[in-house]
Parts: sequence; C-alpha cells; structure tokens
Amino acid sequence: MAQSVRPAGTGSDNGQPVRRPPFPHRNLLGISQLDQHDIADLLLRAEAMIPISRQPRKVLPTLTGKTQINLFFEPSTRTQASFEIAGKRLGALVVNMSVKTSSVTKGETLIDTAATLNAMQPDVIIVRHPASGAVELLSQKVGCSVINAGDGAHEHPTQALLDALTIRQHKGRLAGLTVAICGDIANSRVARSNLLLLGAMQVRTRVIAPRTLLPKGIENLATEVFTDMEEGLKGADVVMMLRLQHERANGRMIPSVREYYRFYGLDAEKLALANPDAIVMHPGPMNRGVEIDPAIADGNRSVITDQVEMGVAVRMAVLDALLAEPSQVKS
Amino acid sequence: MSALTVTNARIVDPASGFDGVGSLRVEDGKIAAIAPGLPAAGTSGEVVDAKGLVLAPGLIDMRVFTGEPGREYRETLQSAGEAAAAGGVTSFVAMPDTQPVIDDGALVDYLLRRASATCKVNVLPAAAITKGLNGEEITEFGLLKEFGAVCFSDGRRSIQSSALLRAAFSYAANFDMPIMHHVADYGLIGDGVVNEGLFATVLGLKGIPAEAETIPLARDLQLAALTGVRYHAAQISTGLAVAIMANEKQQSKNVTCGVSINNLSLNENDVGSYRTFFKLSPPLRSEDDRRAIVEGLKSGVIDVIHSDHDPQDTEVKRQPFAEASDGAIGLETLLAAALRLVHSRDVDLMTVLRAMTQRPAEILGLPSGRLAVGAPADFILVDLDYPWQVKEGELHSRSHNTSFEAARLAGKVMATYVGGRKVHEFEGARA
Repeated sequence: MAQSVRPAGTGSDNGQPVRRPPFPHRNLLGISQLDQHDIADLLLRAEAMIPISRQPRKVLPTLTGKTQINLFFEPSTRTQASFEIAGKRLGALVVNMSVKTSSVTKGETLIDTAATLNAMQPDVIIVRHPASGAVELLSQKVGCSVINAGDGAHEHPTQALLDALTIRQHKGRLAGLTVAICGDIANSRVARSNLLLLGAMQVRTRVIAPRTLLPKGIENLATEVFTDMEEGLKGADVVMMLRLQHERANGRMIPSVREYYRFYGLDAEKLALANPDAIVMHPGPMNRGVEIDPAIADGNRSVITDQVEMGVAVRMAVLDALLAEPSQVKS
Repeated sequence: MSALTVTNARIVDPASGFDGVGSLRVEDGKIAAIAPGLPAAGTSGEVVDAKGLVLAPGLIDMRVFTGEPGREYRETLQSAGEAAAAGGVTSFVAMPDTQPVIDDGALVDYLLRRASATCKVNVLPAAAITKGLNGEEITEFGLLKEFGAVCFSDGRRSIQSSALLRAAFSYAANFDMPIMHHVADYGLIGDGVVNEGLFATVLGLKGIPAEAETIPLARDLQLAALTGVRYHAAQISTGLAVAIMANEKQQSKNVTCGVSINNLSLNENDVGSYRTFFKLSPPLRSEDDRRAIVEGLKSGVIDVIHSDHDPQDTEVKRQPFAEASDGAIGLETLLAAALRLVHSRDVDLMTVLRAMTQRPAEILGLPSGRLAVGAPADFILVDLDYPWQVKEGELHSRSHNTSFEAARLAGKVMATYVGGRKVHEFEGARA
C-alpha cells in the first residue's frame, strides 16, 4: 500500500540528507488555514510515517523530550487513542485528560484549564470540544502548539487528512476524483473539513442528505448538493458516509431510523450506482443499520479500517511537522 | 435665576427642522430662547462660544441595560451615566432586566431615587411586562406608571404566548402606555447563535433565520391593531422585517420600531473568527439586510436608533462562541457610529439625529428631544468631523465589551448639558 518506506526527511535516494522546509504553521486548527502545498506536504509526510507503524519496533524518536497533552472535552475512543499512539511512537511524553463538562461550567473549564495546562510547559495540546471555535479560543491562551481534534460542527482537520491519505492510497491520486459525502452534513465537522481539503486538491465533491440535514448556503461551498441519494451516488469514486446522531435527530430532523435507512442508508443496491471500483468510507463510530448496511461496512469495498491505520500516520506526520526540530531529524 | 447663553452654534433641531447658525439661551434648566444669527445684546449669565460646533438636542437612548441593582460589577447607574454623558446621551431608558427585575412600583421608585443621587443623565425606567420576566403574568401597569415607568418591556426576553401578549397590549392601552417588545421566536432560534446562512455554515455555528423575527413581528402587529396599543418593536434586524413594518405603517399610526446601532453599522462578517463581542441578539445579519435597514431609516419606516448598551464581563464573554453571553456596550459610541452613515452620505444628519432625539421623545411622550422654548435644556455640542479611535480602556463603562474596539470614527461630543448644567466636556477639546 505505501509507496515510501522512508520516515519524514530522513534521506534521499542518493544517500544525501534532505530536509523538508519547516512546516509554516504553529497550530493545526483547521483545513481552512492550509493551502494546497501545506496539504500535499502533510500527506507526503504521512505516507512516510506509514511503515513506522508496520515495523516490529514502532518508533521514530523525533519528539523525545516533548510533552503532548490530549485534552478531550467530548468522549472519544478512537481519535484520542490515535493521537496517543502517534505521540508515543514519536517518543513524546503523552498525557490524557478527559474533562467532563456540565452546561454551566463548560467555558470556564476551557479557559481555566488552558491557563493551568500552559503553566506546565507542554509542547502541544490536542483538543476536542463540543463548541465550534473553542479550540481556536484555547490556542490564544497558550504558548504551545495546538491541534484541533474536532470542535463542534466546525472542523476536524486530521480526519480530513487521513481520509485524503486513505483515498490516495487506494486510488493513487486525488485530483479528478468524485467524492460523495452522505448523511448529517449540517452537524458534521468531518464534512466541513473534507469539503475544504478535497476542494483544495481539485476533487469534485457532492453532499447527499435530506433537506433537514443540509446547512443553509452549502450550495455556495463549491460542492454539488443532492437530496436523492441514488442520483448523488452515480459515478462516484468514493462514498463517504457520516454518522447520524439519531438520538438527537429522531422526530425532529428525520421521522425515524427506518425511514432514514430506506432513503439515505448505504446498501448494496445504492452502492451499485457508484463506480464499480468505488470505495466506502466512514469516520466512525458506525451505526450499522442506520446509515450503513453491515454487509457493506464489513465488505470488500469498505476501507474503514484502513482509515484508522492512516489516522495514526497522519497524526504522527502532523505532530512531527509542528514539533520536530530540524536538528533532531537525522538520516 | 441661573442663565446660560450658547452663541455661534450650528443649531440642528429635527423637531422643528431648523439647521442654521444661531444662539440658544437657557434659564432655570429650560430653553428660554432660540435665536437665529447673532445673539441679542445684553444677555446675562454665562456665555459659551460654540465656535461653529453643532448644537443638537441631547440623545435619548431607548435601550440600555445596566447592572444596577444586582450586577453592579458590570455597570452601575453612575458608570452608565458617565458613558452616556460622554456619548451625548442625556436620557436613557433603563431596561428592567436587573436583579431583582423592575416589576414593582417600589423598584421603579428605587431606581429613580438611585438615578437622581448618582447618575449624571436622566434615567427613564422601563418596567417589566411580566412578573420576573417570566412571560406568564402581567405586572401592575397602572401602579408602575404612577411610580414613573415610561413604558413596558420584557427587556431581552420575548413573550411567546399570543394570548398573554393580547392581554398585555390591551391592558397597556387602557393606561395609554407604550409596549416595547423584543421580537424573537425561541422555537425557530433553537440553538442558533448567528445569522443563518453560508457564514454560519462555514463556522459550524447554528443559524438564526430571519423568520425568527418576522413571524413574531407580524403577530405583534396584528395584536396591536386588535388592541389599539402603542406598540414599539424594540429592534429589527432584517430586510423582511423592514418590509413588514412599512406595510403596517400604511394602516396604523400606533406602531413604531427601533434598530440597534450594531445592526445598522455592522454585519455578520464582523463576527470573523468567533469574536464574541459581536455575539448579539438579534444577531448581526447579512450586508443586504443592513442596507435594507439603512433604507428603512431614510424612509422613516425605522423610527429609532438605540445603542442596545449591554455591559457583560469577560467571564461570560471569553467563552466559546455558542456559550458566550449576548450583548455589547454602546452608549459612548452610539452617535459617532451613527455619524458614519452621514459621512458616507447614506443618510442625512437631520434623519440620523431625529431617530435619537425627536422620535424616541414622541414615542415615550417626553418633553425633551427637541430645542423648543420651555423644553428641558438637554443638549449637546458636537464636532461632526473630530477623528478618534475607540479604545476600550478609554471608555467610561465599567464593562469593556465594545463591538467598535479599534474602530476609527469621526464625530465627537465636545460637551453635554442636562437641564442646562454641563455634565461632560471632552478633555481633548481645549487642546
């Protein structure tokens, strides 16, 4: 799957050390702050990280002596574990903090916690928060790098990067492909970050959802909008399903899970309308039988577990890009 | 007898339509004479040479929140008075959203006594429509009026029950008192925090549709027609609401509306990167909406410009956007921000001043807001072109949540007079 077996910036074909230009950002708050070159650079760095996790000794100690704090104001298993493993494989000291938030003390906790953690001199804080913009607010209060691990319905940049990496691993390219994103677009940070990233990389995007789950103005975001899933899937190279928060949407945004599944759930019949070699993606965690047929989720078109693997590579690359000092990267 | 004569002023009085050089004489706190041209010989008392500054009626701000009683750390009547005087506001309507809520005659009395003891400018209490702003039971309109309430309002709250509104409107009409209502449909607002549209979608913030304002506005106007109440929509923010008001005004003389200086001079893009000082209710709308509001002001559909002065401390503002409190201070920047429309030639000076003097006075039934013989000598001297930059640390309010931080404005109040007494003089003015 991987094209390269070389860790980031560790050497060239003729044996001379090469050094990537330093990554020009202190934080990764969203895809919106990146241009096409930044994205391509991060994907190259991530590709070089893939083999690290496949070798017996899974370590590339570019972040030895660095402190990484995972600060999660929203429950998460896979993203938090992915960042933790990424940091540890790079040799960083990783601390996990899960902050229970009550509606009264949410923001107070955010600012206060930021100031407290900052005083402990971390090198990077990875933040997930239920409010859009909260990660950027926190980044203004600390003196270290901040990585957005998901803020409200705003952005989830490492998810978009790992999705792009997965697509590129399977399709060999990004430009010119057609990606259909299906589900709760209105409340999805994954959809927003993906639309920004794919748009920057010349990928044609479509969003597919019932009108109640489409945010206003989405049609102006350089994407095609479909309310008929069958129409939207025709000719797609990639089908990206989103998790439906059905506990919240039921009875308000959709009448029932079974109606949603009938019209917007991905089953074999609907998938047959996409390109024959189309791949199926999902950021997880999946609701089998709500947005996706279990047979598809676990079938041979699904690349969902590859996404998880690419997630570690992408997060290693981002950490390395933001934190590694050039002097530490040696051939 | 105390007397004062201001000479050599450009007198601008929307109520009479006069705009010309002249002098104004004050005796015992009231305007005694207004004379075009040079003053007559033999004036007694103090004489002030205005040196060509604009002399206008003091501004009447119809929507000001303070923290007194209950949240004095945000704003007291005294600090609000300092900010008002510096901004040329000689009277303001104090909203009832305090702790306790101003829903009882004794509290109106308390507020007026505190104001006369501590506040430089006139405080006009708005009493709550419903007890504790609970939206369920109406207050004692008759008694509240006797104690000095000038109108009824549930402040930031919007009453959702049509039946209760009908009763309140009807009972207010009984005592010939105006109702000032914030129009908001909480169901449609939901978790919304900014204007609905592309901007909200990009930021991942929940949007508030225009209909959250226009549906309750249309309901209120029908109930106003049914009951005959003098109805004032506290603040509208959308082009659609301007159209609805324009239509209704062709049928009725009893309905008026206001706009916040924020909705008049800013738009949703000012929120930028989750800047919570621009988190307001109603939210900042699209530029098309703002243009429609400006047109509504020009055509007279919009009667009043107010500051929506709402002091909030950093504790509730330095929060993730959706969790931060609404509101921005504005007493001190109201006039200069409104003058932007004059300098850009969108609206003429008389129209802008009318919406902050004559019209509020007419709606509230006040003798001020005009330069007429016998009226209270509440007036301001303004340098329309004086350039300055807003710096939160230099404002007089106790809170610093200004939506005009670092804005470059032209127009400064050089002196403010309340009842013929100078309550503010710009310190840079002598330099």
